[in-house]
Amino acid sequence: MSEVTEDSIRQESRAWLEANWDPNLSLVEWRNRLIDSGWGVPTWPVDWYGKALSDPLGRVVAVELERIGAVGVAKTGIRSLAAATILVHGTDMHKEKFLRRILTGEDTWCQLFSEPGCGSDLAGATTRADFKGNKWIINGQKVWTTSAHHAQYGLLLARTDWDVPKHQGLSFFIIDIEQPGVEVQPLRQMNSHASFNQVFLTDAEIAPEYLLNELGNGWAVATTTLMHERRGADSLRRYAQASDRPERVYVEEAAEIGVQLEPYKWYPQRGGRVDLVVERAKATGAFDDPAMRQEIAKLLTLSKAAEWTDRRARALQDKGGPQGPEGSLGKLAASNVARMAAQVHTAIAGSDAMLTGEDGALDGVIAEVLVSVPAISIAGGTDEIQKNIISERVLKMPKEARTDTKGPFRDVPRNTVG
Amino acid sequence: MQFTFTEEQEEFRRYLRRFLDDKSTPADVRRLMATDDGYDRDVWRQLCNDLGLPAVGIPETYGGQGFGFVELGIVLEEMGRALLCAPFFASAVLAANAILNAGSEEQKRELLPEIASGETIATLAFAEDNGRWDSGGIEMTATKSGDGYVLDGAKSFVLDGHIAGLIVVVARKAGTSGDTGLSFFTVAADASGLDKRLLKTVDETRKVARLQFSSVPATLLGTDGEGAAPLSRTLDQAAVCLASEMVGGAEQLRESALEYAHMRMQFGRSIASFQAIKHKSAEMLLEVELAKSAAYYAAQAAADGANDLPMVAPLAKACAADAYMQAAVQTVQIHGGVGFTWDNDTHLWFKRAKSSEVFLGTPAYHRERLMQHWPA
Ligand SMILES: Cc1cc2nc3c(=O)[nH]c(=O)nc-3n(C[C@H](O)[C@H](O)[C@H](O)COP(=O)(O)OP(=O)(O)OC[C@H]3O[C@@H](n4cnc5c(N)ncnc54)[C@H](O)[C@@H]3O)c2cc1C
Repeated sequence: MSEVTEDSIRQESRAWLEANWDPNLSLVEWRNRLIDSGWGVPTWPVDWYGKALSDPLGRVVAVELERIGAVGVAKTGIRSLAAATILVHGTDMHKEKFLRRILTGEDTWCQLFSEPGCGSDLAGATTRADFKGNKWIINGQKVWTTSAHHAQYGLLLARTDWDVPKHQGLSFFIIDIEQPGVEVQPLRQMNSHASFNQVFLTDAEIAPEYLLNELGNGWAVATTTLMHERRGADSLRRYAQASDRPERVYVEEAAEIGVQLEPYKWYPQRGGRVDLVVERAKATGAFDDPAMRQEIAKLLTLSKAAEWTDRRARALQDKGGPQGPEGSLGKLAASNVARMAAQVHTAIAGSDAMLTGEDGALDGVIAEVLVSVPAISIAGGTDEIQKNIISERVLKMPKEARTDTKGPFRDVPRNTVG
Repeated sequence: MQFTFTEEQEEFRRYLRRFLDDKSTPADVRRLMATDDGYDRDVWRQLCNDLGLPAVGIPETYGGQGFGFVELGIVLEEMGRALLCAPFFASAVLAANAILNAGSEEQKRELLPEIASGETIATLAFAEDNGRWDSGGIEMTATKSGDGYVLDGAKSFVLDGHIAGLIVVVARKAGTSGDTGLSFFTVAADASGLDKRLLKTVDETRKVARLQFSSVPATLLGTDGEGAAPLSRTLDQAAVCLASEMVGGAEQLRESALEYAHMRMQFGRSIASFQAIKHKSAEMLLEVELAKSAAYYAAQAAADGANDLPMVAPLAKACAADAYMQAAVQTVQIHGGVGFTWDNDTHLWFKRAKSSEVFLGTPAYHRERLMQHWPA
């Protein structure tokens, strides 16, 4: 076998794309073709639609896709967390059934972790899964569940044993959302959008083969999902951009972005929109104010340093370095950038920061920044939790003394809900 | 752009760290900062002869080793970490780059080999009593006199200006202002009319002098009146190098605070188990890592002679200055009363953080420069 190099990968993927890329296919047809070739997710295992390439080689392929203007596999939202979790903990049946439709975009996923009574303390979940007859019966409530309103499947963390310590009584399931026992209610956010939901589970059913990993091992599986979520925190600032080209595949992709992603229109704003700061400052005259220039420069410095830190972390991983709690550092940096950006945008807008919609600065985009940024330091684990992780796992500082992890979960004090 | 160090660079760093751990202990720092010279001749000789450090950034044609700003950055980061007391920054960073940027081919061949070998300690006399770090602050005049020039005025904040054998000076033609009429000169330390005074500094590990010039004979370095461009380039490069030095010091503080937190017991447990201390430590790690990323990026930009250096250099300088000072403040805080005690070493780095914060310009000054060079 010839050696795999950046050049060989570039040439091979380019040749394949030139021979196979066809914008007149339907979106799903094209993505299936791409998936079958291994160029859709080249970093995945060879047995599962990939070529087992390293991350840097994977990026070479991404550049080729972009160069030719080809649409890639579906990547947005929780689907990539679901895929990562299934790749690690799923059986062949799970992989067979779910992975391809995740990549084609036919199935949407959601993450049923947080509950009214527990968010940071996920291991305190009280949604219950009881084995009755030949299936699991699920009862409880999940909340802040992004995408649940249009998802087909959910990653579910539920309690299967109340008599063991909290982390040991959890199990991890794949649940079919489109069943009578699952009721999804969109939940309005402080920025008026509703990309998250409340999910009521009332005697919802799960067949035994949709338990992921083993009974009582749910915490370990959830940890895999969360690690991927934190690492991806930086990419959350990027978002899909629809093309206006006329061929079928583009039209269908634009529709996917426009319709399916509508509730997520605010996502770029939660990162703070540092990209708009200089142009806004010039438009308003703030650019000529020495004090404002200082604040803007602080923001640009932080944002650049965060970007370069992310590049350093990736370069280290590409060299085979550790993949671990470092994701928390990037997530924390992203929170700081977003918070500071909101302040700078406010200072630039001045009184206009009181207005929104068509009356607001940039047709309301700036106002949306101001009321969306708070999500960044909460979703996917709060800043405080990230600092706990960094201090305990990276800096090896002692864990908090805990009173909740030893005895049976049944006896642990918890929120009374509902 | 490269975002990691090569194995050779990492090995170089480990080697330097071993050397400096041995030769620049806090006890050595305390001994040297109490002297006027401010450095140890034996250690300087080893650093030059055995390690060849002043040669690292100087091209081979001029007697150097021909590495670039990335390697120089590693040297400075390790020196900053160890708080090395030596005229390295003055000679190998400021003077060497000024000569490289301003000097004629012949002058580079003449002056640089001795700086590379460490035989000559040189410095750059640039800022004046007004404390400005931009060319507009330069008032010293250069007047043509026979074959050469004479300089009149005063230079201040001159790093190691009291011990340097060769002084590179920036002065202007009388009646000019701003970027016009600026030229570089070299002046011998024993030139007539030159009066040197060591200034009292908050940070005793970094010696600065005030130099009074009364008709001091000087030799033109490079081209008459063309000093502005080489000066701004030299200062950008120096800002990048100082950023490297600062992140080394900040990292040392961060580690010492963490070590102390692990050790110190209060309320029957290690203070490292208190969340207030844990979160402070996590924030310090983040800030120091961010500043390192900026310093490394800037060093690479300087090495590549990148077009965006005038934007990246002040960014890295301001970022490192804030992170270093913040780390210093928090490290004293985490040490409690011990941190405010002379015998504890934290204040040595605290004071270096303070002097570095303003040396070559305050963070606010650099942020303003960043804005001026931010791409439209
Ligand atoms: C936009 C958005 C999207 C989301 N999407 C999803 C989703 O798809 N699926 C899902 O499962 N969840 C989702 N969440 C929920 C999110 O993960 C939780 O809100 C988050 O983990 C915090 O939990 P909580 O809200 O219960 O707050 P709490 O855990 O009650 O925290 C309240 C405050 O206490 C602090 N705190 C808690 N514990 C500690 C501690 N040990 N040390 C110090 N401080 C502490 C927190 O930092 C916070 O400031 C989403 C949230 C948002 C905002």
